[in-house]
Amino acid sequence: MSRDPAKLLYAESHEWADVSEQDGQKIATIGVSAFAIEQLNDLVYMDLPEVGKVVSAGEEFGEVESVKAVSPLYSPVSGEVIEVHTELPDNLDKLNEDPYNFGWVVKVKLSDEASLSTLMDAAAYQKQCSEAG
Amino acid sequence: MTSTGTATTLSKTPLDAWHRAAGAKMVPFAGYEMPIQYSSIVSEHQACRSSAALFDVSHMGRIRFDGEGSEQLLDRLLTRRVTGMEVGRVRYGLICNEAGGVLDDVLVSHLETPSGQRYHLMVVNASNHDKIVQWITPLVADFPGVTMSDRTQLTAMIAVQGPKAIEVCKKLFSFDPSRLKYYHARITEQFKKPVIVSRTGYTGEDGFELIVRAEDANRVWENILLAGRDEGFTAAGLGARDTLRMEAAMPLYGHELDEATDPISAGLSFACNFKDRTFIGSDALGKIKADGPSRVRVGMIPEGKRPAREGCPVLDAAGKTIGVVTSGGPSPTLAHPIAMAYVDTEHASDSEFQIDIRGKAVRAVPTPLPFYKRP
Repeated sequence: MSRDPAKLLYAESHEWADVSEQDGQKIATIGVSAFAIEQLNDLVYMDLPEVGKVVSAGEEFGEVESVKAVSPLYSPVSGEVIEVHTELPDNLDKLNEDPYNFGWVVKVKLSDEASLSTLMDAAAYQKQCSEAG
Repeated sequence: MTSTGTATTLSKTPLDAWHRAAGAKMVPFAGYEMPIQYSSIVSEHQACRSSAALFDVSHMGRIRFDGEGSEQLLDRLLTRRVTGMEVGRVRYGLICNEAGGVLDDVLVSHLETPSGQRYHLMVVNASNHDKIVQWITPLVADFPGVTMSDRTQLTAMIAVQGPKAIEVCKKLFSFDPSRLKYYHARITEQFKKPVIVSRTGYTGEDGFELIVRAEDANRVWENILLAGRDEGFTAAGLGARDTLRMEAAMPLYGHELDEATDPISAGLSFACNFKDRTFIGSDALGKIKADGPSRVRVGMIPEGKRPAREGCPVLDAAGKTIGVVTSGGPSPTLAHPIAMAYVDTEHASDSEFQIDIRGKAVRAVPTPLPFYKRP
Protein backbone atom coordinates (compact mmCIF):
# COMPACT_ATOMS: atom_id res chain seq x y z
CA MET A 1 0.00 0.00 0.00
CA SER A 2 1.36 3.33 -1.00
CA ARG A 3 1.45 6.19 1.48
CA ASP A 4 -0.10 9.46 0.28
CA PRO A 5 2.11 12.46 1.19
CA ALA A 6 -0.98 14.70 1.09
CA LYS A 7 -2.41 12.87 4.10
CA LEU A 8 0.67 13.01 6.37
CA LEU A 9 1.60 15.37 9.18
CA TYR A 10 4.82 17.38 8.95
CA ALA A 11 7.24 18.99 11.38
CA GLU A 12 8.85 22.33 10.65
CA SER A 13 12.16 20.42 10.60
CA HIS A 14 10.93 18.40 7.55
CA GLU A 15 10.10 15.04 9.12
CA TRP A 16 6.76 13.45 8.21
CA ALA A 17 4.57 11.35 10.52
CA ASP A 18 1.89 8.86 9.57
CA VAL A 19 -0.20 8.16 12.65
CA SER A 20 -2.23 4.96 12.77
CA GLU A 21 -3.85 2.87 15.47
CA GLN A 22 -2.79 -0.67 16.35
CA ASP A 23 -4.40 -2.58 19.24
CA GLY A 24 -5.64 0.67 20.79
CA GLN A 25 -2.13 2.20 20.63
CA LYS A 26 -1.24 5.17 18.46
CA ILE A 27 1.83 4.45 16.33
CA ALA A 28 3.61 7.10 14.26
CA THR A 29 5.69 6.01 11.28
CA ILE A 30 8.30 8.71 10.72
CA GLY A 31 10.33 9.70 7.68
CA VAL A 32 11.98 12.65 5.94
CA SER A 33 10.07 14.73 3.38
CA ALA A 34 10.88 14.62 -0.32
CA PHE A 35 11.60 18.35 -0.18
CA ALA A 36 14.25 17.90 2.53
CA ILE A 37 15.86 14.97 0.74
CA GLU A 38 15.99 16.96 -2.47
CA GLN A 39 17.62 19.87 -0.58
CA LEU A 40 20.14 17.62 1.18
CA ASN A 41 21.16 15.96 -2.11
CA ASP A 42 23.73 13.19 -2.43
CA LEU A 43 23.06 11.39 0.86
CA VAL A 44 25.98 9.33 2.14
CA TYR A 45 25.22 8.29 5.70
CA MET A 46 22.36 7.85 8.13
CA ASP A 47 22.56 7.23 11.86
CA LEU A 48 19.49 5.65 13.49
CA PRO A 49 18.43 5.12 17.11
CA GLU A 50 18.06 1.77 18.88
CA VAL A 51 14.69 0.15 19.40
CA GLY A 52 13.48 1.11 22.88
CA LYS A 53 14.82 4.65 22.81
CA VAL A 54 12.41 7.12 24.37
CA VAL A 55 12.11 10.36 22.42
CA SER A 56 10.21 13.55 23.00
CA ALA A 57 8.85 15.76 20.27
CA GLY A 58 11.56 18.02 18.87
CA GLU A 59 14.36 15.84 20.23
CA GLU A 60 17.17 14.64 17.96
CA PHE A 61 16.99 10.89 17.35
CA GLY A 62 19.43 10.40 14.48
CA GLU A 63 21.20 12.16 11.68
CA VAL A 64 21.41 12.13 7.94
CA GLU A 65 24.53 13.22 6.14
CA SER A 66 25.07 14.46 2.60
CA VAL A 67 28.34 15.07 0.77
CA LYS A 68 28.46 18.58 2.18
CA ALA A 69 26.67 18.58 5.52
CA VAL A 70 25.29 16.76 8.54
CA SER A 71 21.61 17.27 9.38
CA PRO A 72 20.00 16.08 12.60
CA LEU A 73 16.72 14.17 12.47
CA TYR A 74 14.19 15.39 15.01
CA SER A 75 11.32 13.33 16.29
CA PRO A 76 7.99 14.96 15.44
CA VAL A 77 6.29 13.04 18.28
CA SER A 78 6.88 11.84 21.85
CA GLY A 79 7.05 8.15 22.65
CA GLU A 80 9.13 5.01 22.39
CA VAL A 81 10.92 3.77 19.28
CA ILE A 82 9.44 0.31 18.57
CA GLU A 83 10.89 -0.37 15.12
CA VAL A 84 13.87 0.93 13.14
CA HIS A 85 14.27 0.66 9.38
CA THR A 86 17.71 -0.95 9.52
CA GLU A 87 17.92 -1.50 5.74
CA LEU A 88 17.68 2.22 5.08
CA PRO A 89 21.28 3.37 5.78
CA ASP A 90 22.61 0.93 3.16
CA ASN A 91 20.01 1.97 0.59
CA LEU A 92 20.05 5.74 0.69
CA ASP A 93 19.52 5.97 -3.06
CA LYS A 94 16.14 4.30 -2.54
CA LEU A 95 15.32 6.91 0.10
CA ASN A 96 15.76 9.46 -2.69
CA GLU A 97 13.38 7.64 -4.98
CA ASP A 98 10.70 6.74 -2.49
CA PRO A 99 10.83 8.88 0.66
CA TYR A 100 7.26 8.09 1.79
CA ASN A 101 7.24 4.29 1.50
CA PHE A 102 10.63 2.62 1.39
CA GLY A 103 12.02 5.73 3.11
CA TRP A 104 10.35 5.29 6.50
CA VAL A 105 12.93 5.71 9.29
CA VAL A 106 11.41 4.68 12.64
CA LYS A 107 8.08 3.76 14.21
CA VAL A 108 7.26 5.40 17.52
CA LYS A 109 4.56 4.32 20.00
CA LEU A 110 3.06 7.60 21.17
CA SER A 111 3.21 8.38 24.89
CA ASP A 112 0.99 11.41 24.49
CA GLU A 113 -0.81 13.02 21.59
CA ALA A 114 -0.25 16.63 22.53
CA SER A 115 2.72 16.95 20.19
CA LEU A 116 0.53 16.05 17.20
CA SER A 117 -1.25 19.38 17.42
CA THR A 118 2.02 21.23 16.73
CA LEU A 119 2.47 19.44 13.38
CA MET A 120 1.36 20.83 10.05
CA ASP A 121 -0.90 19.29 7.47
CA ALA A 122 0.45 18.80 3.95
CA ALA A 123 -0.91 22.13 2.68
CA ALA A 124 0.71 24.14 5.48
CA TYR A 125 3.98 22.26 5.01
CA GLN A 126 3.89 22.85 1.26
CA LYS A 127 3.54 26.55 1.97
CA GLN A 128 6.57 26.49 4.28
CA CYS A 129 8.64 24.79 1.57
CA SER A 130 7.63 27.16 -1.19
CA GLU A 131 8.50 30.12 1.03
CA ALA A 132 11.91 28.59 1.74
CA GLY A 133 12.40 28.59 -2.03
CA MET B 1 39.50 43.32 6.90
CA THR B 2 38.65 40.40 4.73
CA SER B 3 36.11 40.34 1.96
CA THR B 4 34.03 37.76 3.81
CA GLY B 5 31.05 40.04 3.62
CA THR B 6 27.51 40.14 4.90
CA ALA B 7 24.53 39.49 2.67
CA THR B 8 24.32 43.13 1.64
CA THR B 9 27.87 43.35 0.29
CA LEU B 10 28.18 40.13 -1.71
CA SER B 11 29.79 40.46 -5.12
CA LYS B 12 28.66 38.63 -8.24
CA THR B 13 30.93 37.10 -10.85
CA PRO B 14 30.42 37.93 -14.55
CA LEU B 15 28.81 34.46 -14.92
CA ASP B 16 26.23 35.03 -12.18
CA ALA B 17 23.20 35.17 -14.49
CA TRP B 18 24.33 32.01 -16.29
CA HIS B 19 24.56 30.10 -13.00
CA ARG B 20 21.09 31.18 -11.94
CA ALA B 21 19.54 30.34 -15.30
CA ALA B 22 21.14 26.88 -15.04
CA GLY B 23 19.42 26.35 -11.69
CA ALA B 24 22.52 26.59 -9.51
CA LYS B 25 22.16 26.71 -5.77
CA MET B 26 23.99 29.92 -4.84
CA VAL B 27 25.76 30.40 -1.50
CA PRO B 28 27.84 33.18 0.02
CA PHE B 29 31.54 32.36 -0.20
CA ALA B 30 34.44 34.71 0.54
CA GLY B 31 32.36 37.77 -0.21
CA TYR B 32 30.84 36.40 -3.41
CA GLU B 33 27.64 34.66 -4.32
CA MET B 34 28.90 31.42 -5.82
CA PRO B 35 27.29 28.25 -7.22
CA ILE B 36 27.78 25.38 -4.78
CA GLN B 37 26.10 22.88 -7.12
CA TYR B 38 23.87 22.79 -10.19
CA SER B 39 22.30 19.34 -9.90
CA SER B 40 24.37 17.05 -7.71
CA ILE B 41 27.84 17.37 -6.21
CA VAL B 42 28.53 13.69 -6.91
CA SER B 43 27.55 13.80 -10.59
CA GLU B 44 29.55 17.01 -11.14
CA HIS B 45 32.51 15.38 -9.41
CA GLN B 46 32.23 12.28 -11.60
CA ALA B 47 31.93 14.37 -14.77
CA CYS B 48 35.27 15.98 -13.89
CA ARG B 49 36.96 12.61 -13.32
CA SER B 50 35.56 10.98 -16.49
CA SER B 51 35.12 13.86 -18.97
CA ALA B 52 35.55 17.48 -17.91
CA ALA B 53 33.91 20.06 -15.67
CA LEU B 54 33.84 23.85 -15.89
CA PHE B 55 34.22 25.88 -12.73
CA ASP B 56 33.66 29.59 -12.35
CA VAL B 57 36.58 30.63 -10.14
CA SER B 58 36.27 34.33 -10.82
CA HIS B 59 36.12 34.97 -7.07
CA MET B 60 39.85 34.26 -6.83
CA GLY B 61 42.02 37.37 -6.78
CA ARG B 62 44.19 38.29 -9.78
CA ILE B 63 46.97 40.79 -9.12
CA ARG B 64 49.33 41.99 -11.82
CA PHE B 65 52.87 43.29 -11.31
CA ASP B 66 54.51 45.37 -14.02
CA GLY B 67 57.87 47.07 -14.21
CA GLU B 68 61.47 46.87 -13.11
CA GLY B 69 61.82 45.18 -9.73
CA SER B 70 58.69 42.98 -9.92
CA GLU B 71 60.77 39.82 -9.61
CA GLN B 72 62.67 41.20 -6.61
CA LEU B 73 59.42 42.24 -4.91
CA LEU B 74 57.85 38.82 -5.48
CA ASP B 75 61.06 37.18 -4.25
CA ARG B 76 60.71 39.08 -0.96
CA LEU B 77 57.12 37.90 -0.63
CA LEU B 78 57.21 34.31 -1.73
CA THR B 79 58.70 31.09 -0.42
CA ARG B 80 59.50 30.24 -4.04
CA ARG B 81 62.11 31.94 -6.21
CA VAL B 82 60.58 34.15 -8.91
CA THR B 83 63.78 35.74 -10.23
CA GLY B 84 64.97 33.78 -13.20
CA MET B 85 61.56 32.23 -13.85
CA GLU B 86 61.22 32.00 -17.63
CA VAL B 87 58.36 33.56 -19.56
CA GLY B 88 55.57 30.98 -19.73
CA ARG B 89 56.30 29.40 -16.35
CA VAL B 90 53.81 29.12 -13.47
CA ARG B 91 54.89 28.51 -9.89
CA TYR B 92 53.04 27.58 -6.72
CA GLY B 93 54.32 29.34 -3.63
CA LEU B 94 53.34 30.65 -0.23
CA ILE B 95 53.20 34.09 1.26
CA CYS B 96 54.23 33.86 4.92
CA ASN B 97 54.51 36.24 7.83
CA GLU B 98 57.79 36.72 9.72
CA ALA B 99 56.94 33.77 11.99
CA GLY B 100 56.52 31.49 8.98
CA GLY B 101 52.73 31.32 9.28
CA VAL B 102 50.94 31.09 5.94
CA LEU B 103 49.12 34.24 4.83
CA ASP B 104 48.11 32.66 1.52
CA ASP B 105 49.06 30.08 -1.07
CA VAL B 106 49.29 31.50 -4.57
CA LEU B 107 50.21 30.86 -8.18
CA VAL B 108 52.56 33.24 -9.98
CA SER B 109 52.80 33.26 -13.77
CA HIS B 110 55.37 35.03 -15.93
CA LEU B 111 53.57 36.23 -19.05
CA GLU B 112 54.30 38.18 -22.22
CA THR B 113 51.76 40.22 -24.15
CA PRO B 114 51.62 40.05 -27.99
CA SER B 115 53.39 43.42 -28.05
CA GLY B 116 56.26 41.94 -26.05
CA GLN B 117 55.50 43.40 -22.63
CA ARG B 118 56.40 41.03 -19.80
CA TYR B 119 54.68 40.95 -16.43
CA HIS B 120 53.89 38.68 -13.48
CA LEU B 121 50.39 37.66 -12.50
CA MET B 122 49.57 36.35 -9.05
CA VAL B 123 46.37 34.42 -8.30
CA VAL B 124 45.35 34.53 -4.63
CA ASN B 125 42.54 32.95 -2.63
CA ALA B 126 39.29 34.92 -2.63
CA SER B 127 39.12 34.85 1.16
CA ASN B 128 42.62 36.36 1.39
CA HIS B 129 42.41 38.89 -1.42
CA ASP B 130 42.04 42.04 0.67
CA LYS B 131 44.55 40.89 3.28
CA ILE B 132 47.19 40.13 0.64
CA VAL B 133 46.71 43.44 -1.18
CA GLN B 134 47.19 45.20 2.16
CA TRP B 135 50.25 43.08 2.94
CA ILE B 136 51.91 43.85 -0.39
CA THR B 137 51.03 47.55 -0.72
CA PRO B 138 53.70 48.87 1.70
CA LEU B 139 56.32 46.61 0.10
CA VAL B 140 55.59 48.01 -3.35
CA ALA B 141 56.74 51.38 -2.01
CA ASP B 142 60.27 49.90 -1.71
CA PHE B 143 60.27 49.08 -5.42
CA PRO B 144 59.54 52.37 -7.20
CA GLY B 145 59.62 50.75 -10.65
CA VAL B 146 56.79 48.35 -9.83
CA THR B 147 53.12 48.92 -10.54
CA MET B 148 50.66 46.62 -8.81
CA SER B 149 47.19 46.45 -10.36
CA ASP B 150 44.22 44.49 -9.19
CA ARG B 151 42.67 42.71 -12.18
CA THR B 152 40.02 40.79 -10.22
CA GLN B 153 37.00 42.93 -11.14
CA LEU B 154 38.03 43.42 -14.76
CA THR B 155 38.44 39.74 -15.53
CA ALA B 156 36.83 36.38 -15.00
CA MET B 157 38.50 33.05 -14.32
CA ILE B 158 37.28 29.68 -15.59
CA ALA B 159 38.78 26.29 -14.76
CA VAL B 160 38.25 23.46 -17.26
CA GLN B 161 39.30 20.23 -15.59
CA GLY B 162 39.16 16.61 -16.62
CA PRO B 163 40.76 14.01 -18.88
CA LYS B 164 38.97 15.35 -21.98
CA ALA B 165 39.49 19.06 -21.28
CA ILE B 166 42.60 19.60 -23.38
CA GLU B 167 41.62 17.33 -26.27
CA VAL B 168 38.17 18.89 -26.75
CA CYS B 169 39.41 22.47 -26.40
CA LYS B 170 42.50 22.12 -28.61
CA LYS B 171 41.00 24.03 -31.50
CA LEU B 172 39.20 26.73 -29.53
CA PHE B 173 42.27 28.85 -29.03
CA SER B 174 44.82 30.40 -31.39
CA PHE B 175 47.43 28.50 -29.40
CA ASP B 176 46.79 24.79 -28.92
CA PRO B 177 46.81 24.25 -25.11
CA SER B 178 48.05 20.67 -25.52
CA ARG B 179 51.40 22.27 -26.41
CA LEU B 180 51.57 23.79 -22.92
CA LYS B 181 53.43 21.73 -20.36
CA TYR B 182 52.01 21.31 -16.85
CA TYR B 183 52.48 24.54 -14.87
CA HIS B 184 53.02 26.63 -17.98
CA ALA B 185 50.83 29.49 -19.23
CA ARG B 186 50.58 31.91 -22.11
CA ILE B 187 48.46 34.66 -23.55
CA THR B 188 46.49 33.62 -26.62
CA GLU B 189 43.10 34.37 -28.20
CA GLN B 190 39.70 32.85 -28.58
CA PHE B 191 37.84 34.37 -31.56
CA LYS B 192 40.12 37.43 -31.43
CA LYS B 193 39.53 38.00 -27.71
CA PRO B 194 42.53 37.85 -25.38
CA VAL B 195 42.74 34.96 -22.95
CA ILE B 196 45.40 33.65 -20.60
CA VAL B 197 45.58 29.84 -20.70
CA SER B 198 47.36 28.10 -17.86
CA ARG B 199 47.85 24.34 -17.59
CA THR B 200 47.08 24.24 -13.89
CA GLY B 201 44.16 23.23 -11.71
CA TYR B 202 42.79 22.22 -8.37
CA THR B 203 41.14 18.87 -9.02
CA GLY B 204 43.93 16.34 -9.59
CA GLU B 205 42.95 16.10 -13.26
CA ASP B 206 44.63 17.41 -16.36
CA GLY B 207 43.10 20.59 -17.71
CA PHE B 208 43.57 24.32 -17.78
CA GLU B 209 42.50 27.57 -16.22
CA LEU B 210 41.54 30.61 -18.24
CA ILE B 211 41.56 34.28 -17.42
CA VAL B 212 39.40 36.36 -19.76
CA ARG B 213 38.02 39.88 -19.79
CA ALA B 214 34.83 40.09 -17.73
CA GLU B 215 32.79 41.00 -20.82
CA ASP B 216 34.01 37.89 -22.68
CA ALA B 217 33.34 35.44 -19.84
CA ASN B 218 29.91 34.18 -20.85
CA ARG B 219 30.90 33.60 -24.46
CA VAL B 220 34.04 31.67 -23.57
CA TRP B 221 32.16 29.61 -20.95
CA GLU B 222 29.38 28.71 -23.38
CA ASN B 223 31.79 27.95 -26.23
CA ILE B 224 33.61 25.40 -24.09
CA LEU B 225 30.40 23.81 -22.82
CA LEU B 226 29.17 23.55 -26.39
CA ALA B 227 32.45 22.11 -27.64
CA GLY B 228 32.28 19.44 -24.95
CA ARG B 229 28.56 18.78 -25.12
CA ASP B 230 28.87 15.37 -26.76
CA GLU B 231 31.68 14.40 -24.40
CA GLY B 232 29.64 15.17 -21.29
CA PHE B 233 31.21 18.47 -20.20
CA THR B 234 29.27 19.96 -17.33
CA ALA B 235 29.30 23.04 -15.13
CA ALA B 236 30.38 22.19 -11.58
CA GLY B 237 30.09 24.16 -8.36
CA LEU B 238 32.20 24.74 -5.29
CA GLY B 239 30.87 21.52 -3.70
CA ALA B 240 32.50 19.33 -6.35
CA ARG B 241 35.56 21.56 -6.38
CA ASP B 242 36.02 20.76 -2.70
CA THR B 243 35.53 16.97 -2.97
CA LEU B 244 37.88 16.88 -5.99
CA ARG B 245 40.67 18.84 -4.34
CA MET B 246 40.26 16.76 -1.17
CA GLU B 247 40.81 13.52 -3.11
CA ALA B 248 43.86 15.13 -4.71
CA ALA B 249 45.00 16.17 -1.18
CA MET B 250 45.45 19.76 -2.24
CA PRO B 251 45.45 22.11 0.75
CA LEU B 252 42.67 24.67 1.09
CA TYR B 253 43.36 27.92 2.87
CA GLY B 254 41.36 28.19 6.08
CA HIS B 255 41.49 24.40 6.47
CA GLU B 256 44.95 22.90 5.91
CA LEU B 257 46.59 26.35 5.84
CA ASP B 258 46.28 29.42 8.06
CA GLU B 259 48.48 31.94 9.83
CA ALA B 260 49.13 29.46 12.68
CA THR B 261 50.41 26.83 10.22
CA ASP B 262 53.77 26.81 8.45
CA PRO B 263 54.40 25.26 5.03
CA ILE B 264 56.83 22.66 6.40
CA SER B 265 54.17 21.13 8.68
CA ALA B 266 51.71 21.31 5.79
CA GLY B 267 53.98 19.10 3.67
CA LEU B 268 54.78 21.96 1.29
CA SER B 269 58.60 21.97 1.68
CA PHE B 270 58.81 21.51 -2.10
CA ALA B 271 57.44 25.05 -2.43
CA CYS B 272 60.09 26.62 -0.16
CA ASN B 273 63.49 27.51 -1.66
CA PHE B 274 66.08 28.63 0.88
CA LYS B 275 69.22 28.38 -1.20
CA ASP B 276 71.08 31.71 -1.63
CA ARG B 277 68.04 33.80 -0.77
CA THR B 278 65.90 35.24 1.99
CA PHE B 279 62.20 36.07 2.01
CA ILE B 280 59.69 37.16 4.60
CA GLY B 281 59.54 34.27 7.06
CA SER B 282 62.64 32.48 5.75
CA ASP B 283 64.51 32.65 9.09
CA ALA B 284 61.62 31.11 10.99
CA LEU B 285 60.97 28.50 8.32
CA GLY B 286 64.66 27.57 8.09
CA LYS B 287 64.59 26.88 11.81
CA ILE B 288 61.39 24.79 11.57
CA LYS B 289 62.93 22.85 8.72
CA ALA B 290 66.12 22.19 10.68
CA ASP B 291 64.36 21.25 13.95
CA GLY B 292 61.48 19.41 12.30
CA PRO B 293 57.85 20.55 12.55
CA SER B 294 55.84 19.79 15.69
CA ARG B 295 52.92 18.45 13.67
CA VAL B 296 52.44 17.15 10.17
CA ARG B 297 49.64 16.77 7.64
CA VAL B 298 48.54 13.20 7.08
CA GLY B 299 45.79 11.35 5.23
CA MET B 300 43.52 8.76 6.80
CA ILE B 301 40.55 6.60 5.95
CA PRO B 302 37.86 6.33 8.63
CA GLU B 303 36.26 2.90 8.82
CA GLY B 304 32.65 2.56 7.76
CA LYS B 305 30.55 5.04 5.87
CA ARG B 306 30.33 7.90 8.31
CA PRO B 307 32.54 10.78 7.18
CA ALA B 308 34.82 12.55 9.64
CA ARG B 309 34.49 16.30 9.21
CA GLU B 310 36.72 19.31 9.80
CA GLY B 311 37.31 19.83 13.51
CA CYS B 312 36.90 16.20 14.59
CA PRO B 313 39.65 15.34 17.12
CA VAL B 314 42.18 12.67 16.11
CA LEU B 315 43.15 10.23 18.88
CA ASP B 316 45.96 7.70 19.10
CA ALA B 317 45.13 4.01 19.51
CA ALA B 318 45.06 4.53 23.28
CA GLY B 319 42.51 7.33 23.05
CA LYS B 320 44.70 10.39 23.66
CA THR B 321 44.02 13.46 21.49
CA ILE B 322 46.97 13.96 19.15
CA GLY B 323 45.54 16.00 16.31
CA VAL B 324 42.57 17.34 14.40
CA VAL B 325 40.84 16.76 11.07
CA THR B 326 41.19 19.76 8.72
CA SER B 327 39.13 18.45 5.79
CA GLY B 328 37.02 15.35 5.59
CA GLY B 329 34.07 13.93 3.76
CA PRO B 330 32.94 11.18 1.46
CA SER B 331 35.13 10.50 -1.56
CA PRO B 332 32.84 10.06 -4.58
CA THR B 333 35.65 8.40 -6.57
CA LEU B 334 36.75 5.94 -3.88
CA ALA B 335 33.24 5.45 -2.43
CA HIS B 336 34.43 5.69 1.18
CA PRO B 337 35.21 8.59 3.51
CA ILE B 338 38.60 10.32 3.46
CA ALA B 339 40.15 12.82 5.86
CA MET B 340 43.19 15.05 6.06
CA ALA B 341 44.44 15.89 9.53
CA TYR B 342 47.32 17.39 11.44
CA VAL B 343 48.85 15.04 14.01
CA ASP B 344 51.74 15.49 16.44
CA THR B 345 54.95 14.54 14.66
CA GLU B 346 55.77 11.67 17.02
CA HIS B 347 52.53 10.02 15.87
CA ALA B 348 53.10 10.66 12.15
CA SER B 349 53.99 7.01 11.49
CA ASP B 350 51.34 5.40 13.70
CA SER B 351 49.67 2.46 12.03
CA GLU B 352 46.25 3.27 13.42
CA PHE B 353 44.28 6.28 14.62
CA GLN B 354 40.84 6.97 15.97
CA ILE B 355 38.68 9.92 14.98
CA ASP B 356 36.13 11.29 17.40
CA ILE B 357 33.09 11.85 15.17
CA ARG B 358 30.65 13.78 17.35
CA GLY B 359 31.26 11.62 20.40
CA LYS B 360 31.84 8.27 18.72
CA ALA B 361 35.41 7.03 18.28
CA VAL B 362 35.86 5.56 14.79
CA ARG B 363 38.98 3.63 13.77
CA ALA B 364 40.98 5.27 10.98
CA VAL B 365 43.95 3.92 9.07
CA PRO B 366 46.67 6.17 7.67
CA THR B 367 47.08 6.35 3.91
CA PRO B 368 49.64 8.17 1.76
CA LEU B 369 48.51 11.42 0.14
CA PRO B 370 47.02 12.02 -2.36
CA PHE B 371 44.00 9.75 -1.99
CA TYR B 372 43.45 9.91 -5.74
CA LYS B 373 45.99 10.09 -8.55
CA ARG B 374 44.83 10.35 -12.14
CA PRO B 375 45.54 7.23 -14.20
